[in-house]
Order: sequence, then C-alpha cells, then structure tokens
Amino acid sequence: MQTPAPFEYERATTVEGAIATLAKIGPEARLIAGGHSLLPMMKLRLANPEYLIDINDLDELSYIDERITEIRIGALTRHAELLESELLARRAPVFRDAEEVIADPVVRNRGTIGGSLCQADAAEDLSAVCAALKATVVLRGPEGERTTGMNGFYIGPFTTAVGADEMLTEVRIPLRSGAGSAHEKVERRAGDFAIAAVSAAVWIEGGVITDAGLALGALGPTTIIATRAEELLKGKPPSEELFAQAGGIAKEDCSPVPDGRGPVDYKRHLASVLSVRALRRATARALQHEDR
Amino acid sequence: MEVKITINGQEVSRDVEPRTLLVHFIRDTPGLTGTHWGCDTSNCGACVVLMDGKPVKSCTTLAAMCVGHEIRTVESLERNGQLDPVQLGFHEKHGLHCGFCTPGMLMTTRALLDHNPNPTEQEIRTAISGAICRCTGYKNIVSAVRWAAEHEAATKQEA
Amino acid sequence: MATMETATTERPIGFGRLKRKEDARFIRGKGTYLDDIRLPGMVHGVMLRSPYAHARIVSIDTSAALAHPGVAAVVTAKDLETLGLAWMPTISYDTQAVLAGDKVRFQGQEVAFVIAVDEYTARDALALIDVEYEPLPAVVNARKALDPDAPLIRDDKDGQRDNLASPLWEAGDSEATDRAFAEADTIVTRDIIYPRCHPAPLETCGMIADFNPDTGQLDIYNGNQAPNAHRTVYAHVAGLAEHMIRIRCNDIGGGFGNKVPVYPGYVCAIAGSIVAGVPVKWIEDRSENLMSTGFARDYVMHAEMCSKGGKITGLRVDVIADHGAFDSTAQPTKFPAGFFHIVCGSYDLEAAHVQVKAVYTNKAPGGVAYRCSFRITEAVYLVERMVDALALEMKVDPIDLRMNSFIAPEQFPYETTTGWTYDSGEYAKTMREAMRIAGYDELRKEQAEKRARGELMGIGTSFFTEGVGAGPRKHMDILGLAMNDGADLRVHPSGKAVVSISAQTQGQGHETTFAQIVAEELGIPPEDVQVRHGDTDKTPYGLGTYGSRSTPVSGAAVAVVSRKVRDRARLIAATMLETRTEDLAWEKGRWYVKGDPEKGAMIEEIAAYAYSGEAMPEGIEGGLDAQVIYDPPNLTYPCGAYICVVDVDPDTAAVKVRRFIAVDDCGVRINPMIVEGQIHGGLAEGIGIALMEVITFDDEGNCLNGSFMDYLIPTALECPDFELGETVTPCPHHPLGAKGVGESPNVGSPPAIVNAIIDALHDSHGVDHIDMPCTPARVWAAMQGRPEPPQ
Repeated sequence: MQTPAPFEYERATTVEGAIATLAKIGPEARLIAGGHSLLPMMKLRLANPEYLIDINDLDELSYIDERITEIRIGALTRHAELLESELLARRAPVFRDAEEVIADPVVRNRGTIGGSLCQADAAEDLSAVCAALKATVVLRGPEGERTTGMNGFYIGPFTTAVGADEMLTEVRIPLRSGAGSAHEKVERRAGDFAIAAVSAAVWIEGGVITDAGLALGALGPTTIIATRAEELLKGKPPSEELFAQAGGIAKEDCSPVPDGRGPVDYKRHLASVLSVRALRRATARALQHEDR
Repeated sequence: MEVKITINGQEVSRDVEPRTLLVHFIRDTPGLTGTHWGCDTSNCGACVVLMDGKPVKSCTTLAAMCVGHEIRTVESLERNGQLDPVQLGFHEKHGLHCGFCTPGMLMTTRALLDHNPNPTEQEIRTAISGAICRCTGYKNIVSAVRWAAEHEAATKQEA
Repeated sequence: MATMETATTERPIGFGRLKRKEDARFIRGKGTYLDDIRLPGMVHGVMLRSPYAHARIVSIDTSAALAHPGVAAVVTAKDLETLGLAWMPTISYDTQAVLAGDKVRFQGQEVAFVIAVDEYTARDALALIDVEYEPLPAVVNARKALDPDAPLIRDDKDGQRDNLASPLWEAGDSEATDRAFAEADTIVTRDIIYPRCHPAPLETCGMIADFNPDTGQLDIYNGNQAPNAHRTVYAHVAGLAEHMIRIRCNDIGGGFGNKVPVYPGYVCAIAGSIVAGVPVKWIEDRSENLMSTGFARDYVMHAEMCSKGGKITGLRVDVIADHGAFDSTAQPTKFPAGFFHIVCGSYDLEAAHVQVKAVYTNKAPGGVAYRCSFRITEAVYLVERMVDALALEMKVDPIDLRMNSFIAPEQFPYETTTGWTYDSGEYAKTMREAMRIAGYDELRKEQAEKRARGELMGIGTSFFTEGVGAGPRKHMDILGLAMNDGADLRVHPSGKAVVSISAQTQGQGHETTFAQIVAEELGIPPEDVQVRHGDTDKTPYGLGTYGSRSTPVSGAAVAVVSRKVRDRARLIAATMLETRTEDLAWEKGRWYVKGDPEKGAMIEEIAAYAYSGEAMPEGIEGGLDAQVIYDPPNLTYPCGAYICVVDVDPDTAAVKVRRFIAVDDCGVRINPMIVEGQIHGGLAEGIGIALMEVITFDDEGNCLNGSFMDYLIPTALECPDFELGETVTPCPHHPLGAKGVGESPNVGSPPAIVNAIIDALHDSHGVDHIDMPCTPARVWAAMQGRPEPPQ
C-alpha cells in the first residue's frame, strides 16, 4: 500500500490552540479531522504537508443545534450524524438525500462537514447542499470570528475563502417557513464521485416561490451557484415548465470538463435533468410542509 | 512518538512515526494480521476495524489518531472459544471464498447488527457497500448476515 | 471396530452441500496471506516505475536513494545484466524486461528496485531516484499499431520491424464460410470491442524470496496459481536445481488469472535475496497491480454472421488482439489465440472462419486473465452479441433464433467447424429452464406495458458453451509442460487420509471439495481427509488452477487415484476375508462378500491391516496409497443459459440490473453450495465488466484507471439477488461426470447484460449496438445515436 511522506503531528485540545499552531507553522500545516480526503492524497504523495494538526478531540465542534431562525452544525459533525439527524431530515431533507450518496457508510463515520466544505472538491455533495440552502459558515482566526455566505466561499478548484490561519467552526442553515429541498446525483457506481449533482431548495409562500437555491456539483471548477436560474424561479408559481426553464439555464451556466465520468454534452444534459428533478422534489416537500 | 492504543481490550504501546497508518500499527502487533489492506484509495474495505464500535477504514486513519479510543479487530469476535454469530453465519451460508475481504465484512456487519438487529436485505447491502468482495457476488454475505440476525434474535429469546 | 459413519445432508460423505473446512481460519482472521508472513532479517523491496508509456532511458542516478538511511540496495537493469536476469522469458515465448534498460515501453514499467529496512523507508527512497527520460511517441490504439508510421516498440527483438506480436492465426474454413454467406437470407455485420479490464483480486501480487547462502536453498512464498510451473521457470531463470527451490502459496486472496504470470517484482525479490542472503519481501500496491500486472481481454473484433431458413449458418470473425508491450499471454503453446475459435458457439453452423492478429502497444503486458477460459470470454461475448444482432435484423425473438440453431442433443459428441469436440449438452432444456425461472413471457408482457409508459426495460439472453479443463497432453502444453495434473493419496493406518494435489486454490474451496471426492470414492468422511496443496515440496507436479481446470483435471486425478486405492484395498480385503476379489462388492466405505453381506472389511480396517505385519496379497506391498498423473482425453464443455433484466433511466441513462437468472450445466456437482458461490462471484464480475470496469489510456499512454477510484468494481448495491438454476448433463469422459464451472459466469454474463441494454433501447432509440462498459455517459451517447467505441 502507498504510504505518506513523513510529517510532524500534534493533537489540538482547543480551537484556539489549533489556530495558534496554524498561525505559527504557516502553510505547511494542515488541519486533519476525518482525513478521508487528505490522507489518500498524502498516501499518493499528491499532498505533502509537513505538519498535521489533529482536531478530532474538539468535541465542542460536534453538534446539530436547532435555533429559532437557523440550525447550527458544528464543523466536526460526521456525515453519519448528518444522515441520521431527524431534525435535518425534517427541516432540510436535502442533507439526508446527499448523505445517502456520499462515499460509503464506513467513510461517513469519519468524514466531517467542515472537512468536506474546506476540501472544495467541485464534486463534493455537501458544498452544493449548503450553497442551495444559502448557508453561512463561521470562520475563526487569531483575530476572532467572521461569517461568510456560500457565494464567494469557493474561489477555485480545491480553494476556499478560509484563511491560512483560520478554521471553519460552524455551518448555519437559515430556517424559514415554506421550505423544501432535495439533492439529485448520478454516479457510475455507488460511492463514486458525482458525474453531476444538483441541490435545490425552494421557499414557497401563497403558492409562489419566494426564494430558491440551486447549486451544481461536479459541473465546474467549483460548486456552481446557478444564480440566473435562482432569479428566474423567484416570484413565480412552481410548475414543470418553470423547472424545465431553470434546468435549461443550469445547463447553459455550468462549465463541465470532459473526463472518465463523461463528456461535456452529457454533463450539461444532466445539469438540466437533475435540476428539474431536484426542484420537483423540493417543491413537493415544501407544499407538504406546514408552517412552523 | 509513543502511541498507546487499546486494541481488543488490551493496551498496545509502540514507538512509531506519526505517519504510521492504523492498519500497519495493527498488523505489526503480534497475532493481529487478520486486518488486511487491498487498495490505496480507501475504496476496498479490507481494512475495516471498529473504532468505538463504529466501522472505520484503518488504512485512512493514523495510529496516532486512535490514542484514547477503543479499536476492535476481527480477532476480538471469538470470545472464550465461542464464535460470534456473524462468524457462524458466514460459515453457514458460504459467505466467503478466499477470505481476504472477510475480516472487514465481519466487522462491518457486526457493527450493523449492534446498531440494527433486524436489517432488511437492502440495509445489509447498503451497510457493506463500502467493502468490495471479488469472490462471492455478495448474495451469500447477505444471507449470512440474515442468518446471524435471526440466530441472535433466537438466542436472546431463549436467554 | 468403528462403525460406518452415516451420511447426512449436513455432513455428506461424498458429494453434497458440505460447509467448508477452510472457513475455520478465515472467519477468525487467521489466514496466512503473503503480507502476513514475517521472517527474521527480512527486508522490503519497492519498485520504481516509469511515468512514461514510451521513452528512452538516458540515465538513472541512484546515489541519493542509496545514501538514504535504511536503504540496503537499489537494483537497476545494469545490475541484473551481470546476473543474466535483466530479461526473462514469458509464457508466450517472448521476452519481458525485468527492469527497463534501454527504454520503457509502458507506463508503470519496472525501472529500479529499492531494498530497504521497511516499506515506508523504501517508498521514501523511490522519490530520490533520478531518472532522465527522453519521451517517444506512444502506440495506444491497437488498430493503429501496424500503421506504417507507427513507432517500433520492440526494437530489442532481432528482426522485429513492426508491432506484430505474433503471426496471423486462423481456424475454420474460409471457403465454406464464403459459400454460407453467399447463400444466406440475412447477414449482419458488427464491430465489437471487448475492452481492456483487470481481474483485480483483492490481495495484490507479491513474493517473499528467502535464499539461504549456506544451503543453496531458495524458499519462496508467493500467491500464484501454478506453483510447480513457476518453480520450473525459476529453476531455468535462476540456474538453480528445481529441488533447491520450494514455493509455498499458503492462502491467496483471489487470483482470477492475475496470479498466473511471473512478474518482474518476483525476479527482483529472488535476485535481491540471492545477492544479499536475507529474505526480501516485495508486495505491490493497488495502482501497480492495475497498471502493470496481467490485464484481461482488449480484443477489437469485426464480425459477420448469416442465417438461412431461420437458422444461423455462418460466422466470420477478424480480431486485432492488443497484447501490450510484451507478449505474456498464457495459453497452451499450439493455441496462440487461446481457445477463441470456440466462437462458433452453441450452434450447428455450416461454416465459420476466424483470424486473430496480435499486436504490441505501449501498455502493460497480458491479455489472458479474469476468468476467461483462454479467450472464451471474448469468443462467447462476440457470438452472443452477433446472435442478438442477427435476431434484430431478422425481426425474430433472440431466444427463438437460438433454439432454432442449437446443436441438438443427439448430435453429441459434436465436432464444431473450428475443430472442437463438444462432449455433451441439452441446450434447449437448459434454455427453457432459464426461461421458466425468469418467467420470460411475463417479462415480455411487463416490458410492453412499461414501453407504453416510456419506461425502458430490457431483457437480454446469452447461451454459452465453453471448453475447460486443459488438457490432453498431445495437444496442450504451456512452455513445453504438459497440462496434466497429479494426485497422491495415502490412507494412514488410522483410516484417515491425505490427498496431495497440484491444483492451487485461491478461494475455490479445494480443501473441502477434493476431500469430498475422496469421500465419495472411498467412504472416508471429508473431515478425515486432509487436502494438501500449495507447497511444491509436498505436492505432485501439475499445472495449477486457472481455465476452470481444477475439477476437470485435478478432480479427475483425485477420483482416479481414489479408485486405485480402492482397487488395492479390494485385493487386501480379499486376503483379509479369505475370499476371491471377484466375490467382493463395494458399498461406500466397505468391501463386502457378495453372497454374505455381513462379512466385509471397512476401509479403516483395510488400512490398519495394510500397515500391520499380516500377510499381504501376492505382489502387493504394504501400505495403502497410490499416485496418478491424469491426462484428460478432451476438454469438458459446460454450458449455460443466462437471462438479464435491466431498467434504463430514460433521462440519465443509468442502468440498473434488476434481475439475473443463470442456469448452468456443469455436469455433476461435487458441492452445489460451492458451485453456486462460484457462479454468484462470476456474475458480479460480469456486471462490473458490462457496466463499469475498464482500463483506458490517453493519447500519450497515460493509464486513466490506476486506482479503485477509477477502476470501479461492483458493490453489493449493484448486484441483484442472483437467481440460479441447473441442468445436469454429465461429462461422458470425466470419471465423476463433472465439467468445471468457475469461469462460466464471467463467460456468459456480459453479453446477456449488453443484449438487455440494447433490448431496452432499440425500439425507443434505435440502438442496435453499444460497447462496454455501459456507463451512464456511454449509454446516453448511444441513445443520442452516437455510440462510441471505447478509446
């Protein structure tokens, strides 16, 4: 089996301690939580950090808390916990849809939401989920905390707005009435990365879509927020024609590359098909949903 | 660095590099070569062990990360000469051929039954979808787990 | 003395669903696989491999690696040249570089071998070796390998002017075939590719070589499928006497043909140990396994099939076989294209003609592996796809066309137009049993209803006849070694027995099934029969396990040797009972006097007598044992009828295998549980090949499927609950009537799945062909009218 290059290792006991080490060591230091993105890359020697800061002991970052206007999820919450959460299944079912098709059940025992978002792999499902739900993330650094939305969180392939000495500590999912959400994914085989994936969220009031989130996975260098499609949906009553139009925009506005998973035209086709399916299911869920 | 991990209820302590993977730490411990490896990319599941009761891929875990946690390997399933129901089930239902994926499958399905004592066929297939078997085609593995579930339920009833 | 044990269904004495003896260690995690073995003083070897598919090696600087703490040696081709080991012979009478000297010829080719104190250190040292390459254009497409401007790959071979790996090979009758086509009602033509895939057993390949400089003994631990043949090769290559080499296979984590060839890593480990005098372990990682070890298939086929009066009459096939950079395919010497010419299939054709041309390309060497029965997977895929293509053209049900064209039961033994003599079969009966289990008519009704709703459901069939159990010594040898296998049986004074075989299990359950054969023939319970295998010091000579030959050849050997022991026991019993041998009759476990059945001798009593000081019959020495080498008179010919039901998502084009019905006829079944298990496993592989497994390359020869992230193997979620059936047409020439079955499911399933996908898409989208793997993207392209061949 392939093995990583040597590195130094420290177990963080506090968030502040982890951040301080990041600041001290600099770009050669990486945080490691579940490690199921980072360690495989290190074994293949595609990533060779000299210093790993193990944050798995930071239990204070593992939670799914329901507040009045939002759900707060700690960065260290594992995929398996997100999958099993009845709270999320009720209020943001797009999470369970996505978790059922993220990696495999064993990997899900270790991978975390913080790690997934910060990995910034365009094919990573939770990025699309959080973008569609219009989540904000909390970043903590030596100077303190700041929050940022998903728009602009992804700067480029495998690159986020998280600073070199910052840690993503929390994801906040806004709660509004009339919500419905869903995730659709096509893959070559269970557990594979997406050929294409779409997360959709709608908020419906008085029979009209008041807000919409549509995020595309594996269809560009980063997760793509289909802003033009979102704008189209707002203020209109949901319908198959509307979904089809939104799908058409998603098809135009994504920028897939050809690879072993598929050529460009097929991926664009999936952008449209999966947008329609995700919007359809999100709408059905929103319409069943009672105002809380 | 000194790494001390509880494996199958015993403390195992060794001086290893931070980069030492859990699977190698386990396999370098006398008598514990039952945990295998079969790939480089965390796909095959031959290396699955239980960490605090949950299946994890030991090839994608640093030994250092397991300090303070309980690791259980396939060697822990047999207790006092009694085989675990999952082991019996795999034997009854011909759930193994070459035996290479078997320890990972046994640990995964042991954890499944601990969590869900009466899984459906689909739940079993999902639970083992992180492990590859090249030999069996999975059908008899599913039967083996169903046998184990029924056997455990029957044994509990008698108790 | 002991009373005769009674057989039960749970514990049959003989054939039956006996639970496996070998399970005991595996379920406890106590198997001994290669990487489990630690020897005192053992060091680790790791291979440096070429990043380029085709390049001159300008220089190799190993000094930094040698200076790295913990590194014992860095071996290059220059070092091996002094030992005469830089090149090694292949099974196909070609040569293969052990370590590249002049140039590299495929991405992943072995360039240097680092030996260090442990694997982590050895891998660190790899990064310190500095190799300067001068890249050359690569030949990646087999169809272009013989273009006049194609770069010459094997410039190491005297007289090699092009990339032809072996001369054109033909079978059948070209003129008779032309006549059949001239008289045909319907002709179809197809270009069909069987893409490169890989057996990928879960345990990768490796070896521990332990040379003792004091005794001159070379101890090898190595999971390989033919330990005796390997030992002969090493004796030849290393210049050692065979009796000074001992190969122990212990437990092997899957083979599937991947563990048949001799790999450069093995030779490097042996050379390293001979030079250093300590044990050297080499075990490859998964990407090495996928990128450099024996791949499977890679056949580019052009075929025409014709029919007359509703019956298939002729077949013409032209094949370009991609063998990679070195010709290391495994097959009997007289059959350079393996058994591909069984492509005439299960049909009573008037004529067929086959030609195969093998080419070199800048890819890993191999081609014969992955349960292929020496190219029968390719042949059956071709013929079963063509039958469906013909049925489409004739607008008839594909099963009806098969039924009209099958070889009839009374025609057996049947000589095919390409030179095979099929032993036995009742094809229509087997096909009907599959249709019954599947509920074929109901499926067609369901399909019609779904079609009306725009749902795409497909039903695909395949019927195969394959030839396994190579083979008769006058026709079949590998590297000059006849494909015969031995069996030694010794019954101990206690009446328990040891049977030593040359077959080599990699999961097939030999410790159980071979004990069952002895049990069937001698009445000794299977738990009292130890099967000895996997140690060349303790087993007879034979050619090992691949090509489904264990039951047909070693199984026959064990039956014959058991009967020899039984006959000897009869002679001894006659003396014990003071009667004549003609007056004795046999019931399982006991010779008894025909006129007086109470008077008899059980096998345990005979054994005890045979070792005692009592008088032996005239001319018979003491003891109760026998030895046999079995020369099969022919191959055996299992067959099967497979039906697959798929659902295709009309928008995403994702394919789901909903049902798979497999009715196999492998003759008499020794252990039906194990037979069924083999079939399940092969069907899963077929799903993988049909839907997701492929090794592809870009234009520069970079391998694009070098890990399990991109070489996708089916999980439990992609496999349905397989539905099995059986018919039993015994093999007339096999002592047990058994035929062998291990590869049949991989032979028969891919065409059934592809036929099902086309069936789903033909009416709605006009699809009449698609190549594997049928990934969603490729199926979608076919639905758009643009089916593209892979690569």
